[in-house]
Amino acid sequence: MQRLVFAISILQLFIAGTGTAQERHREVIVEDPFIELHAGPGRGYPIFYVAERGEQVAILKRRTDWFKVRVPRGEEGWVYRDQMRRTLQLDGELLDVPGFTVGDYAGRRWEVGALYGDFGGANVVSAYGAYSLTQNLSLELWYSDVLGRFSNSQLINANIVHTFFPEWRATPYFTLGAGAIHTEPKGTIVATVDRTDNLAHVGVGVRTYVTRRFVFRAEYKTYVVFTSRDDNEEPSEWKAGFSFFF
Amino acid sequence: MESRIFVLLLATGLAVTGLTGCGRFRAAQVADGDQPPVIEPEVERREITTAKIDTEDFEVGVFAGQMSVEDFGVNTVIGARFAYHITEGFFVELAAGQTDTEETSFERLSGAAQLLTDQERELSYYNVSLGYNIFPGESFIGRNRALSTALYVVGGVGKTEFAGDDRFTVNLGLGMRLMPTDWLAVHADLRDHIFDIDLLGQEKTAHNIEAHLGVTFFF
Repeated sequence: MQRLVFAISILQLFIAGTGTAQERHREVIVEDPFIELHAGPGRGYPIFYVAERGEQVAILKRRTDWFKVRVPRGEEGWVYRDQMRRTLQLDGELLDVPGFTVGDYAGRRWEVGALYGDFGGANVVSAYGAYSLTQNLSLELWYSDVLGRFSNSQLINANIVHTFFPEWRATPYFTLGAGAIHTEPKGTIVATVDRTDNLAHVGVGVRTYVTRRFVFRAEYKTYVVFTSRDDNEEPSEWKAGFSFFF
Repeated sequence: MESRIFVLLLATGLAVTGLTGCGRFRAAQVADGDQPPVIEPEVERREITTAKIDTEDFEVGVFAGQMSVEDFGVNTVIGARFAYHITEGFFVELAAGQTDTEETSFERLSGAAQLLTDQERELSYYNVSLGYNIFPGESFIGRNRALSTALYVVGGVGKTEFAGDDRFTVNLGLGMRLMPTDWLAVHADLRDHIFDIDLLGQEKTAHNIEAHLGVTFFF
């Protein structure tokens, strides 16, 4: 019994602790004639409450472009970004809604993405991570799965990317890099062995800022695989996909 | 007698007022010069701390269900998914899963012929998909409770490792997201994993249907 009481009191402490931790929310004052509280974070959800000008509301959380707020009467609902932008903080400043704009895109540091396309006649699925050294130059590390009819390959390559006009919404870029390719023939074909070769590539592409943290990207690369046979292979690759940045 | 006391009080009062007035005047004079002020103004500043706004666009969770692998039976599948919500409509999803497969009916009937080793019988996949919430809405449980829901479609590409080979796989699916709270979601999903396989002689396109339930957390 005592143990149970102890456990409950500990639990209560924990709950009280989380309660106070959650109390710290940003407060804003409604400046528009009113703001609309939706039942969920989306346009389709019904409006069930309206907070008037002068009311102080607490911002509980954000999901995509929707803010969950609590009004003084206790109701909680979701308000769209455009209405939140016109609320005042307690120091009288307009609420600064971190949008992710083209400006944030130009100043990005990290980027991850996934692309799909064609590598010398086979399907290729790629993922990459990038780090921007300057607005123009970035380093990228790629991993690709090439899935063909007769063989599968894995590619790892590192490359440097030069973006020509980083301040443009859509901009071309140039890329140069090197890596390794590991090829496994499919099970049904006999008398061939797995092999790993080095490769180098050069490519061009275009990237377009779409919305929020989202970037569309398409590129063409041509590879030289330094095989141990007499001739080098020179596959080319087309792919397109999306990435997002931090 | 009374008037004398009254005069005394009046005089004291006047003297005090005069002195303080004088003091004020002096303080003002001193302040005008470059000497430090005698009285430090104490203005209470309003302490305004702007709390950070908690953004919850990421979703991570696990799922379990049944997956039918064409010719190789229906078995339990388990997996994990990670999603990023770009807008209220669109999200990108990264998912991976694993299931065992059974013997084909050919293997069972012929008795001894084994097409695959035990390791080759394990199927694992990953995929990258783009999803869209086509029907966001609310579902009602009883008289007083409404849950946010969304019916979504997803499609993407990935890789399936099965029968000793990596296979390029397209996946298409339909799912339902039910949200008991803002940070917890329950998913019910139907997925079709489509890949080419030539294990049984002729190459064919296999449709592998997966149905699963999952739980995810927004953070």
